[in-house]
This record gives sequence, C-alpha cells and structure tokens, in this order.
Amino acid sequence: MNAELLAIPDLMPVLPEILLVLGAMVLLMVGAFGGEKSTPLVTGICVALLTVAGLILLVSPHYGTTFDGAFVQDAFSQYMKILVLIGSGFAIAMSVAYARSQNFDRFEYPILIVIATVGMMLMLSANDLISMYLGVELQSLALYVVAAINRDSVRSTEAGLKYFVLGALSSGMLLYGMSFIYGFTGHTDFSGIAAALTDDRASLGLVFGIVFMLAGIAFKISAVPFHMWTPDVYEGAPTPVTAFFAAAPKIAAFGMLIRVLVEPLGNVTTDWQQIVVFIAIASMGLGAFAAIGQKNIKRLMAYSSIGNMGYALVGLAAGTEAGVHGLIVFMTAYLAMTLGAFACILSMRRKEGMVEEISDLAGLSKTNLPMAVLLAVIMFSLTGLPPLIGFFGKFYVFIAAMDAGLAPLVVIGLVTSVVAAYYYLRVIKVMFFDDATGEFLPMSGEMKIVLGLSSAVVGLFFIMPEPIMNAAANAAGVLF
Amino acid sequence: MNDWSILSITTFLPLVGVFFILLVRGDDPDAKTNIRRVALITTSFTFIVSLFIWGGFTNENPGFQMVEKHNWFGDTFTYHMGVDGISMLFVILTTFLMPLCILASWESIQTRVKEYMIAFLVLETLMIGVFCSLDLVLFYVFFEAGLIPMFLIIGVWGGPRRVYASYKFFLYTLLGSVLMLAAIMAMYWQAGTLDIPTLLNESEFPAAMQTWLWLAFFASFAVKMPMWPVHTWLPDAHVEAPTAGSVVLAAILLKMGGYGFLRFSLPMFPIASDMFAPFIFTLSVVAIIYTSLVALAQEDIKKLIAYSSVAHMGFVTMGIFSANAQGIEGAIFMMLAHGLISGALFLCVGVIYDRMHTRQITAYGGLVNNMPRYAVAFMIFTMANVGLPGTAGFVGEFLTMIGVFRVNTWVAFFAATGVILSAAYALFLYRRVVFGALEKESLKSMLDLTGREKLILAPLIILTIFFGFYPAAVLDVTSASVGALIENYNAALDAGGLAHAAAAVSSH
Repeated sequence: MNAELLAIPDLMPVLPEILLVLGAMVLLMVGAFGGEKSTPLVTGICVALLTVAGLILLVSPHYGTTFDGAFVQDAFSQYMKILVLIGSGFAIAMSVAYARSQNFDRFEYPILIVIATVGMMLMLSANDLISMYLGVELQSLALYVVAAINRDSVRSTEAGLKYFVLGALSSGMLLYGMSFIYGFTGHTDFSGIAAALTDDRASLGLVFGIVFMLAGIAFKISAVPFHMWTPDVYEGAPTPVTAFFAAAPKIAAFGMLIRVLVEPLGNVTTDWQQIVVFIAIASMGLGAFAAIGQKNIKRLMAYSSIGNMGYALVGLAAGTEAGVHGLIVFMTAYLAMTLGAFACILSMRRKEGMVEEISDLAGLSKTNLPMAVLLAVIMFSLTGLPPLIGFFGKFYVFIAAMDAGLAPLVVIGLVTSVVAAYYYLRVIKVMFFDDATGEFLPMSGEMKIVLGLSSAVVGLFFIMPEPIMNAAANAAGVLF
Repeated sequence: MNDWSILSITTFLPLVGVFFILLVRGDDPDAKTNIRRVALITTSFTFIVSLFIWGGFTNENPGFQMVEKHNWFGDTFTYHMGVDGISMLFVILTTFLMPLCILASWESIQTRVKEYMIAFLVLETLMIGVFCSLDLVLFYVFFEAGLIPMFLIIGVWGGPRRVYASYKFFLYTLLGSVLMLAAIMAMYWQAGTLDIPTLLNESEFPAAMQTWLWLAFFASFAVKMPMWPVHTWLPDAHVEAPTAGSVVLAAILLKMGGYGFLRFSLPMFPIASDMFAPFIFTLSVVAIIYTSLVALAQEDIKKLIAYSSVAHMGFVTMGIFSANAQGIEGAIFMMLAHGLISGALFLCVGVIYDRMHTRQITAYGGLVNNMPRYAVAFMIFTMANVGLPGTAGFVGEFLTMIGVFRVNTWVAFFAATGVILSAAYALFLYRRVVFGALEKESLKSMLDLTGREKLILAPLIILTIFFGFYPAAVLDVTSASVGALIENYNAALDAGGLAHAAAAVSSH
C-alpha cells in the first residue's frame, strides 16, 4: 500500500499540462518583479508555452491513463486540447494590439489565460468526477478574474460579477448532480459508473443527478435556459476577453460534456437524450430569434454562439459515434469561424477608439475590401452555406441525428438556421450594400494573421477535408 | 475523353479568369476595361471548351458520359461528375449565355467592376457544377453556393429596393433548400450512398418515405422554379437585379428547379411523383392562368416578363409530371428555349433601360420610329415568348401540352388558355412600348442598337429561329436519356404497386 502511494505516477500523459503550470508560475514571478513593463515578454512566452504544449500533443502524444485512472489522455482529448490551445493562443495574440491601444497592459492577463487553459485541458482529460470538477473550477476561477480584468470599467466589472455569481451557482449545481451520481452508483470514476449502470433504465436519483450535472455544464457552454449571462458578459468584457470566452472554454466544456455523457453514462443514453434534445431546440431557437434585434456585434456573436451550441448539441443528442464525429468537426468549424469573426471585431478601430455597433461596419467593402470579403466568408459559413466549413460542420451533425431517428430535431435545426441566416446576412448587407460612414484604422499584423489563417480554414476546408475529417473520426472512435 | 476531365475543366475554367482578374490592379478606366476583357475572354473560352462536351457526347447512350470520380470526403460522398442527355444541354446553355451577360454589363456596370465580374465568373462555375454533379452533396454544394454570388449581385448592383429583393431571394431559396438537405440526409441512411447513378438505378425507397422525400425536394425545387404560390420572390428579384443578373436568373437559375424535378423527384421517388402529379398539375395550371393575368396588369416591363416566366415554368412542371416522352422532352426543350428567349427579353429591356433608366411601360412608346432594328429584335423574342410556330418557344409549349393531354385533357385545356393569355400580355406590352406615335421628347434622342448590342442579340435571334425550325437538334440529344427515365419510372411504378401489396401482406 505504502509503496503504491509513494510511487510516482506516470507523468508523460500530463506533460503538456505540467509544462503550462510550471511556465505560468515562473511567469507570475517574472511579472510580479518585473512590473508592467514585462507584459510584452510575458505575453510572448505565454503564446510560446501554449504553442509548445500544442506541438507536444500534435507530434508525440502519450496516450494512457494516470493518477489512478483520474486522468486520461487519448485521441479525443488530444484533438480537443489542440483546439483549445489554438483558441487560447490566438486569443492572447489578439489581445496585444488592443492592450497597446486601450492601456490594457496587465501581465496577469496572459498568465490567467494559460491557467484557465490548464483547467480546460484537465476537463478534457478528466476520467473521474472529482478531477472533472477540479478542472472546471480551475478554469472558472481564472475566467472570473479575466472577465473583470478591466477593473476601472463599470461594464467589465459588472460582467465579471454576473459571470461569477451565475458561474458559482452552476458549479454548485454541477457538484450537486455529481454527488447524486456518486450516491446512486457508488463510484466517482467513469469506468466504475459505467460498470454500475448495466441495466438500461437509470434510477430516479441518477436521473436527478444527470439533470443537475447537465444544468451545470449547460451554463458553461451557454445553452438555453442557462444562457442569460452570455450576451451581457460578451458585451461587457473587453473584446479580446470576449474573443477568448467565445472559443476555448466552450470547446473544453463541450468536450467534457461529450466524455461524461458517452463514457460513464453511455448505457443510459435514453435518459439524457431527451434533456439534450430539449436544450438543443431551445438554444437553436433562441439563438436564431433573439439575435435578430441586436445592434451590437458582440451581442450578436453571443446569440450566434448560443445558436451554434444548439447545433452542436444536436450531434450529441444522437449519442452515436457518427454524432460525436460530426460534433468534433463542428467544433473545429466553430473555432475557426469564431476566431476569424473576432479578429474582425477587434479590428473595428477608429481614431476615436473601438466601435462595436453593426452599423459601424457600413460600407466596409469600399474602405477595406479584403476584411469585408473575409468577414463575409465567415458570416456565410456561420449561416451554413456550402462549400464553407460551417456547412460541413452542420451537415455531419445533422446527418448523425437523422440516423439516430431524430428527424424532427434535424428539421427544426435546419429551419432555425434559415432564421439565423437573416442576421448573418444583415452583417454582409451592411458591409456590402450600404454606404461607408467612416474608415477603420488599418488592421494590425496579428489580426491579419489570425483572420487569414482562420478564413483559410473556413474557406478552403473543402479542398483538403481529409486531415481534419480523419483526425475527428479517430477522436470520436476512442469513445465508443 | 475521360483522360482530360472535360467537365471539371469546363466547370472550373471561370475560376482561372477570377485569378487573372485579381491580378489586375487599380480602379482607372483602363483597368476596368482589362477586367471586362478578361471576363469576356474567359467566358467565351469556357463556351468553346464546353462545345467539346457536346462534340464528344453520344446521343444514343442513355447513361452518364464523361464521368469523373475522385475521393472527396471519405466514403460519405465523392467528387463525381458526368452528364447525360438531360443535363448536357443545360451546361451548354449556361456557357453560351455567360459571354452575352458579360457583354450586356459592359457599359451599364461602372462601379465595382472587379467584384462584379468575379461574382459572375464564380456563379458560372457553380451553375455548371449543378448540372454536372453526380453526387447529391456535391449537387447541393453547387446548388446552394450559387446563392452567395447572386445575393451580392442583386444587393450591390441592383435597383432601389435591392436589399429587400436580395433578402427575399436568399431566404426563400435557403428555406426550400434546407428541407431538401434534410431529405438528402435521410436518403443517405436509407440507401447507404449519395451517388446519383446508384440511387437512380439500384435503390428504391419505401413508398411512405418517398412521400416525405418528394415533399422535401419539392420545397426546394418549387421555390427555385418558381411555382405558384411560392413565386413571389422572383418578380422582386428580377426587377431589382441588374440586367445580366436577371438574364442569369431567368435563363439558368430557374432551370435548376426543373432539372431537379427531372433528375431527382421523378426517377428517385416515382410512386410519390405519381401520387402528387395531380397536385403539380393544379399548381401548374393556376400558375399559367393566374400569373398570366397578373402579367397583364403590370406597369413594369421586367416584372411583366418575370410573371411570364412563372407562367412558362408552369408548362414545364406540367410536362415533367405528365411523365411521358412528349411531356418530358417538351419540358426540357421549353426550359432551354425559355433560357434563350427570356434571357433575350431581359437583354432587350436592358437596352432601353440603359438609355432611359426606367422600366415603366408608360415611359415608352413609338420606339419603332427611331429604333427599327431594336423593334425587330424585340418582336422576334416577343413572338417566341408567345409561342409562335417557327420559334423555339412553340415547340416546347406544344410538346408539353401533347404530353399532358395524354394524361388529363382538362389540364391541357386550361393550359391552352394560358397560351392565349400569353399572347395577350406579350403583344399588349409590345404595342405599348414599340408601336404608336413617338410623342415623348425624351425618347426622340434614343439611338438604335449599338454594335455591341447587335452582337449580343444576333446569336439569340439565330438560335431562337433555328430551334424553332429544327428542334431535332435538341430532341436527339435528350431522347435516349428521357426514354430510359420513363422506362425506369414505369417499371418502378409497376414494381412499387406489387411490392406495396406484398409488404402489406408480409407485415401481418
């Protein structure tokens, strides 16, 4: 027993996380002693750390479980972690120009993002309810601070507070649900729970637990009816923070949701399927209709992301390997589109400062044609028009749901995507059909890179779909 | 022919033009001229290349020809191209009309020429792709992606209500198409493939499922066609679109609906098609009579022609679902002829619109006095639109009516009244615009057709009359494929009836 306790667990699968944690701690020291002037250095090293972690995962991943099965590294967590690292890395890169122009130089910001990223990676690798909760909390605590990082701004602190209060509530619900699951199965580790749930029907207590846990996670992915914080936080937080919130945390929470529903609760699919179907329909519907009246582009993106989470949930509702495969493709598409869209939103800078009304984009095709074209490509992709990546994401999600016998859900999803087309088209209409009201300052270099890369993925995915499709199929395969 | 992938070359050749246009720098008149020239050369060259498709086409072969197949998205769907007698001529129609569209935009488009030409070239690629694709998802990709350039063409270069028209066009079509997408997904799980030749020849869908699939495809194609009562986007889109946009819309985009019915609804869901044929006949007859009457009351030339398009498409749907050789061949002929004639009519409207910048009928009158050549060209197309024997318009109308007469005489009777009504509105329009005394001061200075306009209209006049006298040029191409389609259709109906009864027995 003692020897077992003393033995050092296999650390190779956790290597990227360890690297990030150590790096973050060192950088904290650098920042604390170096002061504000160390911000560029800290920012640069943070991006480098995330890049290295991503490369380790990409080039030589160590699959396996460690820490007595609480942590698992497999093709699924590998793929999703790479998405998260891309989201976080680009979010930091995109904050540089903003920080310079808006006096938002805080060395804590990139470090907090790195710490949040570690939390997300733990969420994706969690193979036990306890480690899952730890991952969620590590991520959330860092995000609460990030949301309120612009502490002199009332809107930002309000956003941070709102996010904190609601987030704490959802964490509580998550934990409450987990305790029910533990109580009714006697296990916290995923394989133990799965083994305890051999009969088809779950007990009432377990269903109770699943509902609470889903409610907690639905908050993290901002699915209806736990979406209320999203528009306010998106609007209130500084835009680079919004760009970060929109991408990486949602992908991580979704990855965690997939694993917890498919692995330990895979035997009681019928019990959670109806809940997922409901929140999918509610999210798609609200995302489509509530966005129509929005004038602020960040709020628009908030509702767009609520709708997109709804589409992703359609794939999860299928509960099949094809569904998870579609979902992973969809998440890849979502990441590319979100990063591209926010690179444009962050470039909406005038001499007077940042602007964020949709009407401020008027006539962009006359003043900055490349940006207008690329943003239009992203908007058409969000609409789900072929041959852009958004179409294929939706296609694979819906085709899986169709196979799972959820034809009405598919039709509802497709019809809401037509409603959503209306407001995506409005952005394009403002850029292309309206007359210019003023020019934006030229895009900064990082934004050009982020926008160029993401719109290349969005626009040209159809030419070379196989690498992403195969990796996604591989990732989905390990869960079933 | 297989060796050099002629279909892919034709489809993607316009994108080469896009590349060259992107290389042109600057916004001065020289650059604009260069851009126009590149677009014209590309489209003309595409037309010439596409003629090799016709040249290499074997009329007797009812199957798909010049087939290309490559892996694309693993096993879900492939890049599969090919043409048969039904689709081949639509490809030629598209490539033939595009240079004329570019010429028609030569002077009328002065702002954002670069983007305009790029949009048209991309649109050409997508339209050709629709008619060549032999995989349902590939078809859907081309079909749906076409919305993007058309949305921009209407919205950026359109008339005063362009925003409304472009939204209406986009959302109407998208709503129809997503339902078709749902059906495509259902078909994938039922048949295990989305390969069109395989679906056509091997798989049969259960009768109950066919009904749903048919309705979903109908939602898409009926909007695209457009059939009454979902035609209302068309007059708006036509009125607001620039001339060349109207031409493409009327001549090619509308044909995708009819092509879809022929390619998918009829052969893949024969039982449902048979069941819904009376429904289609009803909608077609309503479209023919109602929209003809509406056309009579129009004050706007383009709107009048738009409504006449809806009426003519009524003949097409009627012919397709009569499901016999005359009806279907007539429908194909009618679509091709209408592509030439309605395209030409919109080009004629464009000629006077460029001079006067109004489309109100009342603003014109007596044009025969100072524009005799224009009057002649406009008269030929008006007569062809009416369906005068000796023009291409007659053959299609006549064949579809024979086809439907064999199925239901009353439908043929009501459709025939549409012919009379079409004569009424078309001649009424012609009289008001061209005849009468030249009284309006503003019209007196109008010049007759320029060399460029003659160059645009002459080939259309020649073809309209040529196909009127020698329809065999088209019918020879289509007959083998149509024959095979009808044979399969009837076989499926017979087998379907038996299988249906057998299933009822075995399920108990």
